[in-house]
Amino acid sequence: MNGMTTSAGAGAGLLLLVLLLPLAGSLAVTFLRSNDRVAKLTALGVSLVEFVLTLALCVGYRPTGARLQMVSSADWIATVGVHLSFGVDGIALVMIAVIGLLVPVVIGAGWAEKLPAGRSAGGFLALILVQESLMVGVFAATDVFLFYVLFEIMLIPMYFLIGGYGGARRQYAAVKFFLYSFLGGLLMLASAIGAYAYAAAQTGHGTFDWATLAQITRNAPPSLQVWLFLGFFAAFAIKAPLVPLHTWLPDATAEAPIGVGVILVGVLDKVGTFGFLRYCLPMFPAASRELAPLLLVLAVAGVLYGSVLATGQRDMKRFIAYVSIAHFGFIALGIFAFSSQAQVGAVSYMVNHSVATGMLLLVLGMVIARGGSTVIDDYGGMAKLTPLLAGMLLLAGLSTLSLPGTNSFVSEFLVLLGSFPREPVFTVLATIGMVLAAMYVLWLYQRVMQGPARGDALVGLAGGPGAAVDPDSETGTRSARRMVGDLSRREIAVLAPLVLLVIGLGFFPKPLLDVITPSVGATMTEAGFSDPVTSQGGK
Amino acid sequence: MSTMVLPTAADPAVSVLAAGLAQVPQMDYRAVLPVLVVLGAACVGVLFEAFLPRPRRWLWQVALTVAALLAAGVALYAYLGDAPAQGVKTFAGTLSIDRPALFLWGTLLVLGLGAVLLIADRSVEPGGYFVAQAAIRPGTQQDRAQAAGANMHTEVFPLALFALGGMMVFCAANDLLTMFVALEVLSLPLYLLCGLARRRRLLSQESAVKYFLLGAFASAFFLYGLALLYGYAGSVKLADIAAAAGGTNRSDTLLFAGLGLLAVGLLFKGSVGPFHTWTPDVYQGAPTPVTAFMAACTKVAAFGGLLRVLTVAFKATSWEWRGVLWAVAIISMVIGAVLGLTQRDVKRMIAYSSVAHAGFLLIGAIALTEQGLSGTMFYLLAYGFTTLAAFAVVGLVRTGEGEATHLSQWAGLAKRSPLLAGVFTFLLLSLAGIPLTSGFVGKFVVFSAALADGMAPLVVIALVMSAVAAFFYLRVIVLMYFSEPAADGPTVTVPGVFTAAAITLGVLVTLLLGVWPAFALDWAGSGGFAL
Repeated sequence: MNGMTTSAGAGAGLLLLVLLLPLAGSLAVTFLRSNDRVAKLTALGVSLVEFVLTLALCVGYRPTGARLQMVSSADWIATVGVHLSFGVDGIALVMIAVIGLLVPVVIGAGWAEKLPAGRSAGGFLALILVQESLMVGVFAATDVFLFYVLFEIMLIPMYFLIGGYGGARRQYAAVKFFLYSFLGGLLMLASAIGAYAYAAAQTGHGTFDWATLAQITRNAPPSLQVWLFLGFFAAFAIKAPLVPLHTWLPDATAEAPIGVGVILVGVLDKVGTFGFLRYCLPMFPAASRELAPLLLVLAVAGVLYGSVLATGQRDMKRFIAYVSIAHFGFIALGIFAFSSQAQVGAVSYMVNHSVATGMLLLVLGMVIARGGSTVIDDYGGMAKLTPLLAGMLLLAGLSTLSLPGTNSFVSEFLVLLGSFPREPVFTVLATIGMVLAAMYVLWLYQRVMQGPARGDALVGLAGGPGAAVDPDSETGTRSARRMVGDLSRREIAVLAPLVLLVIGLGFFPKPLLDVITPSVGATMTEAGFSDPVTSQGGK
Repeated sequence: MSTMVLPTAADPAVSVLAAGLAQVPQMDYRAVLPVLVVLGAACVGVLFEAFLPRPRRWLWQVALTVAALLAAGVALYAYLGDAPAQGVKTFAGTLSIDRPALFLWGTLLVLGLGAVLLIADRSVEPGGYFVAQAAIRPGTQQDRAQAAGANMHTEVFPLALFALGGMMVFCAANDLLTMFVALEVLSLPLYLLCGLARRRRLLSQESAVKYFLLGAFASAFFLYGLALLYGYAGSVKLADIAAAAGGTNRSDTLLFAGLGLLAVGLLFKGSVGPFHTWTPDVYQGAPTPVTAFMAACTKVAAFGGLLRVLTVAFKATSWEWRGVLWAVAIISMVIGAVLGLTQRDVKRMIAYSSVAHAGFLLIGAIALTEQGLSGTMFYLLAYGFTTLAAFAVVGLVRTGEGEATHLSQWAGLAKRSPLLAGVFTFLLLSLAGIPLTSGFVGKFVVFSAALADGMAPLVVIALVMSAVAAFFYLRVIVLMYFSEPAADGPTVTVPGVFTAAAITLGVLVTLLLGVWPAFALDWAGSGGFAL
């Protein structure tokens, strides 16, 4: 590789380590997959080390420092100006930290899960670790081409995770997931090439380096910007499903194993909202402004549509998917309201949604593991049998409905507060979503946990198939309790960090907001500096 | 009739005759040495058939063919170093050995080597993929007797070499007459090769007849176009046609009718829709190594020729005909992607995929820029290796009756043979154009060239069709990984050395060109056609 230029800034080594460690870990797990226990321990160990490394990354990051930090770059395909370059800003950093947190949690939560016949835990965990590497890469990539490559590659392990380890309709769900994302990615590729061609025409030599390219495209004529914007937007609107493009998410979430679902809604979908902030706004500010009304309609439609459909779901996993669609609507509202406050709210919502909804899905997974069914109506009165589990479901639910004192409240409040001055109508409409959230969460809790112990899943467990157990009799409850245990120590350990974050970030969100705010400010400045009119008609 | 020796301009016999004439045209033997080696070895191969006893022929033919391809490769490599950048015209200007020609020759030689390795394999199918005596009627007592034996027609080796030599001349032909002769030299052996399958012989013979009849039509179209263009320009040289089109008041009808008919012949060979109808049947019926050879090499030759004709002879008039080829590209992509969805046979599916890929290639070919040229040539290189390895893998999945090409038989294959399923998945992902495979880089360079040349709508259609096509590649992956294997499913044959080598070559190149494409892109972009 002659003529190769490489450069690296402070902390770049650490970032590359965070990027590559899970990949190395997945190789190790692949070789150890003959022994399930060893494979699981290795994977857990790797993910915990990775978590510690992401914490170190957070410590090393200077919120008031350069726009992109810990940067490194090497030539990849010099002929077309493609680099292997990585670096983080505050937004990418917090998402990488979320990845670092969620992966060990997911591995711990799935420890005792039964895999389909003929599948080994090692294969599953190796795919999870590959997925982790690629997700870190997507957030850390600072070359548009590299971002696209990782964006598409990221689909492959997820495709196998859903298709290989999912529920009854997993084939359908996996293919649907892949095709939606692949099509979106291709449109993004067209736009990326278009931006590259524009840069080549302007400066004489094209580049895919994000910072350079963004500087050139933000001065492109608005008509061109709109087309390029739409390609990127399509990819991201599919990823963070905005309403007309969302139909793959309920299927994928419903069919994926719980842990994979957590990664899907917790991290993978955030690539979409991250993309809005990193690519759509700074690269095509004029188009963003021009299309903002349309985008806000989609966002608010997502909030309302997701909330209403979440209320009507009978399946717990699909419920989570629709809750997420509603929340992604809030995040999109915050992003396209173009105020720093709302965008800080949106980014912190990205983190808090991962924590709150991730926790909700994990807790529901624990309910499903006990009852053996994903249908809400199969449950009832579980709180009597499993008080601790009920408490966790309540906490996760309250955080999901943004009760003050939980982490999501801060974000939702900031989004609404920041959006209102500029977009009062949309903001007011979106607040209806908050009311609906209280309804669907509390109703879910009530149906699963409160009232008399009833329903097929639990009663069937308590007294054998078809046995009607008097839920109030002492013996009935006791025999049911033997079958349906409360949280195990492993499950408590898995949920503990999430509980800490839900309450901790609810009362003291400052560290998170401090990291995010400067990067959001920079994004706003980049978009605001644009001068969309002058180059009209220029060559 | 086992071989078909047409005297081409590159044939040694012609040059010997020419030497006796008064005017000796300039011959740059060094430049055309690779072609001479390939065609010469083909002639020697025919002599082997005549003089060697049957049991020894296979070994000698394989050794000769592989040695010839390697020698041609060495000759090409040795010439590359001091080849003039603007190219040379030799054999009285009938051959133009410029950078694109050298790139395509290199591509053809390596792909040809891969195909020959597949043809030579005798371990996957005992006795080889080819029938021992094609003249025996299928289904008779004699046929059953010969099916049990371990012989094969060893004429396939010289036939393949003749075809390859024709393809090489086709890519370098600088006038339409040479091009037509090369077209026949590459086509006639292919017609024969298609009909020589050991199993399912009727299907194989049907495919040969179909390919021959339709191919003859296409040749006639080509010849008719040639005649019209000669009438227009008074010359068959590409440069003269370009000059004539530049500034005269001659009838445009002749020019564009000629170009249209010529293009039909070329697009037919490249299996571009709507001239693709032979492709699925022939790909399905032909012996798998021959299918691989056609899919990889014929496509290279056809698009190499098309690129040269369009760039050298018709660049000035591109505004007039470009719209038509736009439409053809769209039709080809749509036919390939949509009809591919409905296929139930792996070979037919890859055939429709090849029609879709032909559409993508055509996008690069009509860009008529340096980027378009280098992008299309890179795409040809990438696609050739991927499809070669894909067909080689298809040949390994077998039941007692031969290859198990029906898709339902592939269910749960990953459980039986994780390695084969993994390799095939990788190749399918490359055909779908997923990053880190050569297929993606190929699409990327072709589409960037098209966008830079202002063909944005075409690129968007191409991207949507890529996504549609991805569906049928994914379906095979779903079948292999997520379905339960059938109880009486096919077995996966352990490939012999030859097939294993061909698959490894294809997979490695697919990966290498996906991860580190710079060197091939640089080579493909090192220069344009000699005008």
